[in-house]
Amino acid sequence: MFKQLPDDNAELVTVIIEEQSVKVPSDYSVAAAVLANWTGPSRTTPVSGAPRGPYCMMGACFDCLMEIDGVPNQQACMIPVAEGMSIRRQDGARGVEI
Amino acid sequence: MSEPVDLAIIGAGPAGLAAAATAVELGLKTVVLDEQTEPGGQIYRAIESVTAKRSDHLDILGSDYAAGLELAQGFRASGAHYLPQRTVWQIDEERNVFASGPNGVEVIAAKRVLVAVGAMERPVPVPGWELPGVMTCGAVQNMLKGSSLVPEGRVMVVGLGPLLLLIAQQLARAGADVAAVLETAPLGNYAAAMTRLPQALMAPGYIAKGRAILAELRDRGVALRRGVADVRLTGDDRVREIEYRWRGRSRREPVDMALLHQGVVPNANLGMSLRIDHTWDAMQRCFTPNVDDWGNTSTEGILAAGDCSGIGGALVAEWRGRLAALDVARQLESIGAEERDNRAQPVRRDRDRHMLVRPFLDTLYKPRHDSLAPPDADTMVCRCEEVRAGEIRQLTTEQNCPGPNQMKTFVRCGMGPCQGRLCGLTVVELMAECRGVDVSEIGYYRIRPPVKPVTVGELATLEEIDAG
Repeated sequence: MFKQLPDDNAELVTVIIEEQSVKVPSDYSVAAAVLANWTGPSRTTPVSGAPRGPYCMMGACFDCLMEIDGVPNQQACMIPVAEGMSIRRQDGARGVEI
Repeated sequence: MSEPVDLAIIGAGPAGLAAAATAVELGLKTVVLDEQTEPGGQIYRAIESVTAKRSDHLDILGSDYAAGLELAQGFRASGAHYLPQRTVWQIDEERNVFASGPNGVEVIAAKRVLVAVGAMERPVPVPGWELPGVMTCGAVQNMLKGSSLVPEGRVMVVGLGPLLLLIAQQLARAGADVAAVLETAPLGNYAAAMTRLPQALMAPGYIAKGRAILAELRDRGVALRRGVADVRLTGDDRVREIEYRWRGRSRREPVDMALLHQGVVPNANLGMSLRIDHTWDAMQRCFTPNVDDWGNTSTEGILAAGDCSGIGGALVAEWRGRLAALDVARQLESIGAEERDNRAQPVRRDRDRHMLVRPFLDTLYKPRHDSLAPPDADTMVCRCEEVRAGEIRQLTTEQNCPGPNQMKTFVRCGMGPCQGRLCGLTVVELMAECRGVDVSEIGYYRIRPPVKPVTVGELATLEEIDAG
């Protein structure tokens, strides 16, 4: 959905988006990494299961919620990527661990 | 809990950065909490990184953006205590500031608090705005600044406001395929705004900059279609097509991305949670906190500055931040009233001169009524709880739902994770329209802390903090 402008100085990290390893600049947010490597909706809604993607990119809309390193409902636009990070789609509501 | 600081500033945009530098200079112990990893706010997002690592991109972003570096440098040099990546979710009556961040929950006690949380883009409830691939203009500008990313494929820029034209210019410079700018301002706005133009020309730079952007869009072959209405986005797992009416004809075109914008409004949730009195602004169609000339609010010890205290733009935000810091220094007896007034005089003059452009911009870019209160019953209003315009109308007219807080109990609008940020203004516009009254009679959601979601695990650590 997005393409990177030429940036020769970018330091890269490897993140895993839905089992796929991709290299992205280390100053990306998780949402930026997902939008630059778009394979489908980043979440489905708890109410109807409708597909959604990042919308506001400033922490206001909560439409970019994803599962990051096993923690559900994280705001992908507010969290910087890190080496080896696992990023997954948030499907519906988060579950409760008992 | 540790000794209170003199001033806690929430937000590291132009208002917060300028306030911090001024406060430290006047001897105040100052801490700045901000959600991002770098100072700058949304307007100067990633200004340090872009300047240091990819300065060739400054040509795309422009000189107004590049000017933010000086502010960030002044802030860094001031020695203010800077806490990045902190989400403030509560400020209590004793002015304890609760924040979550990399170190878990922190509580900072402050003698004065300056709310400098900026603006957010007005909700844009058109059919299909919830589809992936539909984003705000500000969101895409953040991607350009923070990550050097540009939209791929055929992009349509839709709505109104200065940012609409600016992002089209920046994307065109960055090589994006901007199919057209569809401006939804009613054509009558142009005539109405002309009477405000002489005053606007007294504000330095703004009108000339607008003209330069329009000229560049023309040179680059980006079509600008004025008087567009009835925008509708359709797709499946992402947006595929846009429909709209222009020059009396309905049109339908394929798109890969649609970027929406209907101007900016104060980011009000934190201030509302502090019980600051707000007033409905019938021109800007938003609630604005009541502040005095220094930014003091109706809540003791709480000030507001920058766009969250009323839209004025980045430079005005900076000056409002300085004025707030000057009065805090006076309140805490670091300087006297005379010194405050002397220092404030040139700042106030600049602020007032730059505010002269606002009536022109507010008139030109006043949204159409149907952009604020969507006529189509199926249009999503609350994105979190998936409540549509038809439900809000029906509950207002048939069930006599008396206000937005009662609407929450009927359909849960405003009760999802965004806490009404993306639906509140639409719900109150719809209710006001159904009743035939002014939005000031409808009011707004009652906003309570925590103003951002916080986990039970985080709350559990508070006991240790109290004991410590």
